[in-house]
Amino acid sequence: MAKAMSRRSDAQSIPVSFTLNGRLQEIDVEPHELLLDVVREKFGLTGVKRSCDVQVCGACTLLVDGRPVSACTTLAFEVRGRSVLTIEGLADGDKLHPLQQAFIEHGGFQCGFCTPGMILASKALLDENPNPTEDELKHFMHGNLCRCTGYKKIIESIMAAAKKMRSKT
Amino acid sequence: MLKRFRLEEPESIAEVSELLGRFGDSSKVYAGGTELLLAMKEGLVDYERLINVKKLKGLNEVNAANGTIKIGALCTHHQLECSTALKEKLPSLVKLEQNVANVRVRQAGTIGGNLCFAEPHADPGTLLIALGATLVAEKSSAKREIAAADFFVDAYETSLAADEVLTEIRIPAPTANSHSAYLKFGYLERPSVGVAIAFEQSDKSLRNVRIAVGCAGPAPRRVEEAEALLEGKSTAEAQRNLAQAGAIAGRASEAISDLHGSQDYKEHIVGVLLKRAFQSAIS
Repeated sequence: MAKAMSRRSDAQSIPVSFTLNGRLQEIDVEPHELLLDVVREKFGLTGVKRSCDVQVCGACTLLVDGRPVSACTTLAFEVRGRSVLTIEGLADGDKLHPLQQAFIEHGGFQCGFCTPGMILASKALLDENPNPTEDELKHFMHGNLCRCTGYKKIIESIMAAAKKMRSKT
Repeated sequence: MLKRFRLEEPESIAEVSELLGRFGDSSKVYAGGTELLLAMKEGLVDYERLINVKKLKGLNEVNAANGTIKIGALCTHHQLECSTALKEKLPSLVKLEQNVANVRVRQAGTIGGNLCFAEPHADPGTLLIALGATLVAEKSSAKREIAAADFFVDAYETSLAADEVLTEIRIPAPTANSHSAYLKFGYLERPSVGVAIAFEQSDKSLRNVRIAVGCAGPAPRRVEEAEALLEGKSTAEAQRNLAQAGAIAGRASEAISDLHGSQDYKEHIVGVLLKRAFQSAIS
């Protein structure tokens, strides 16, 4: 911290009031702080991952106002007045979200590193399009990469969750 | 981690211009940040000040009501892919926007930022050139329109003055006979080759043919020499000239041999995409 402070003389503080997993939070950030680091370091929510760091892989996917963003390339102050959802905020107490349940039942993960991003991105997909074709799913999920599964089980998991979620409404 | 910088949040173009004029090269306009923040992370650029332009009003709308299509520079790719006005009037642009990068980049990235950053491996510039678009550049006291074909000087270099801000993209009103298509090719994260074609098709002849190539070289380019082979021709004759037009367009692309492919390969792909874009536009 001391080393960083000496580089530019006056640190600028931006108040950020936002909702994090349904709870109002009020913090101060410096302009250069990244959302990924604030969520992981300040809030201890480490489901979101730093992976490629160039917003190609999707392991850092968070939902801001329900829409997927790359937390690795989003300045933290940009969530002022918005709602942020991380993977930790998806379950309802002990009750898993249908997407989480489906990923377990259908083997949609192996090492689990891409999984928080996959699940959040697929939530955004299904919120926008509750009955996607496989092509629509693949197009939306194009920016979420997995090195383990070969994607087949991920697609099956999302389609199964979608079916379950549609039958509930 | 990014190096510390100062954030400015002006609320008028005049303020933006003034800041750019005062701080020069140590400041930079910041909108979606999808390109800028990557360059900063990689240490390729270093700015003491970022000028957040997202508080400027009226720059994130699509207006297709009175003929000319006007797109605010702060429109995100996501806004453009969802725009009902564009779906009706310019489906080729909607298809392009649907396929920019990935869903997260489309959510944050703006069309203005995309054009101003002038990354060679980008999509919109190429189609905008073929559509005969003009780009509106503003500063405190003045406003001017720059033809898209003249906007891209070199890789990461546009013809904007240091204190100018891109505010709007204007596209001439398409008619019932307007056809256009953009096709791209690539397996890496960014496109390797992009080709756009636009024309008016009536009584089986083609008029106002415009062809542009991008991604293969440092900047997207209009290719008048290739257009001449299709201009005023019947569809059948234009079809016969496509191979030659493609070869000309390939050479005009200023293709560079790099990780995306060799110069020969890219020139060849330009030809293939021109043929396919033509078929796509005709139907």
